[in-house]
Amino acid sequence: MIPALQIENLCKVYADGFAALKGISLQVEQGDFFALLGPNGAGKSTTIGIICSLVAKTQGSLSVFGVNIDEDFPAAKKFIGVVPQEFNFNQFEKGIDIVVNQAGYYGLPRELAKERAEKYLKALGLWDKREIPSRMLSGGMKRRLMIARALVHEPRLLILDEPTAGVDIEMRRSMWDFLKKINAAGTTIILTTHYLEEAEALCRNIAIINHGEIVENTSVRALLSQLHREVFIFDSSNALPQDVVIAGFAVQRIDDHTLEVAVEKGQHINEVFAALNTLGVQVASMRNKANRLEEMFVNLVEGGA
Amino acid sequence: MSLAEQYIAFMTIVRKEIKRYLRIWTQTLLPSAITMSLYFVIFGTLIGSRIGEMGGFSYMQFVVPGLIMMAIVTNSYSNVVSSFFGSKFNNSVEELLVSPVPNYVILMGYVTGGVTRGLFVAIVVTLVSLFFTELHIHSYLVVVVIVLMTSVLFALAGFINAVYANSFDDISIVPTFVLTPLIYLGGVFYSMDLLPEFWANVSRLNPLVYVVNAFRYGMLGVSDVSLTVSFAMIAFFTVVAFSYSMHLLNTGKRLRQ
Repeated sequence: MIPALQIENLCKVYADGFAALKGISLQVEQGDFFALLGPNGAGKSTTIGIICSLVAKTQGSLSVFGVNIDEDFPAAKKFIGVVPQEFNFNQFEKGIDIVVNQAGYYGLPRELAKERAEKYLKALGLWDKREIPSRMLSGGMKRRLMIARALVHEPRLLILDEPTAGVDIEMRRSMWDFLKKINAAGTTIILTTHYLEEAEALCRNIAIINHGEIVENTSVRALLSQLHREVFIFDSSNALPQDVVIAGFAVQRIDDHTLEVAVEKGQHINEVFAALNTLGVQVASMRNKANRLEEMFVNLVEGGA
Repeated sequence: MSLAEQYIAFMTIVRKEIKRYLRIWTQTLLPSAITMSLYFVIFGTLIGSRIGEMGGFSYMQFVVPGLIMMAIVTNSYSNVVSSFFGSKFNNSVEELLVSPVPNYVILMGYVTGGVTRGLFVAIVVTLVSLFFTELHIHSYLVVVVIVLMTSVLFALAGFINAVYANSFDDISIVPTFVLTPLIYLGGVFYSMDLLPEFWANVSRLNPLVYVVNAFRYGMLGVSDVSLTVSFAMIAFFTVVAFSYSMHLLNTGKRLRQ
């Protein structure tokens, strides 16, 4: 099957000489939910800028659903919908006009554009706000408006650059559900995010970019399996004994009701539960100390793992 | 994009532009009507009545074509420069840049938006002028063609200004320090016959002289310069401005990184 996105040896050197991308190669399969991660300035937004033509590449090739951008960029652009990091619409225009106009730029007849705008503004909970100037919308609503705008021509590849930045938790969860539905319906999604929990919850495959180079490109599952050590936090409903010792595990008592236990690869967490049971500890809840992907990410960009 | 899709994209840009200047009509349409009314009162009625005839017409009749053309030039220019720079400033230009719309459609869309505003204001100013004088039309063909060519030329010039502008100050520098002086010295208020030969020849370097005189010919049948030369000059500058605008869009200068 033709990949949704194929990037080969992509380089970008800005006018001031800064090499933002140093020959990255990447392939995103059709139907994938793909995460592009990296610290600030790593080259994520430059990559996305090149894909959607806001940044001119210095070297390399890029194809979208088999269409090379050097041969027919307009055809490639029809496949792409992009949700940028910064708000990039006229804040004096109404939401409905922004979405309908965007459909017009893709050549959709006016009636169809209006139908699509209604469909996506309703799906994203903005239909009641369609007639007010977009500057009056909340930050979360503005982000959803940009998603509706990106979807109005029903692209096969949706690119989201930090879509949930500054969005409250409830809104973020509802956006996740929406994106999962879009992906399940067949739209390939590429996501950049700083919320690694978001990438772990949504994405199947992942590329980590650092200093303009891809340092990891694999499935989220394969990446997480590389973790050698995870730290869990146990909350107890009764008071913990003063000395908690579990053979084979590094244990740290945080306070009377909180315990940190490090579990090495190959060890089983059941052993921890059994030991705590023996000590009379009533475990009320358990969670990862840090997001698992976050640990991997830090390891990779710091050159540890 | 097919031609039908390009037409839809073009009409989308034009509709958006018209909606924009109608939404802020107190900033875009009303000022010209008020300014021109003042010109008619002061230069036409109060001062003009003491000047007597110019070019075989009353002074009021003589200045009306120039004042209408002044409104067309400034409004066509201002619409494109402020709208396109605004879209650069708030990054909404990216809506167009990420879409498959060909560059020439983007340019034609903005230019047509500017032309419609120029025509809209021209009609308003013409209607206002009817309160002060009778309307003469010597050649409808010349009037229509010169109005369209002029508004296209200055809309293109506004586009170039917008691409280069980095701040709102930059979009007012050219209209204030270049366009307005050229209009005032372009024969709106006087016949070049009144100038000494040297200054009359210097005036011929001013492109607004050709615009104003060609339009005056269309309305009154008199002109200080040849009509053919006027059309040729306007056509030449339009081709240059269009080519340069396309060059800016195709290279992405100041639009893409």
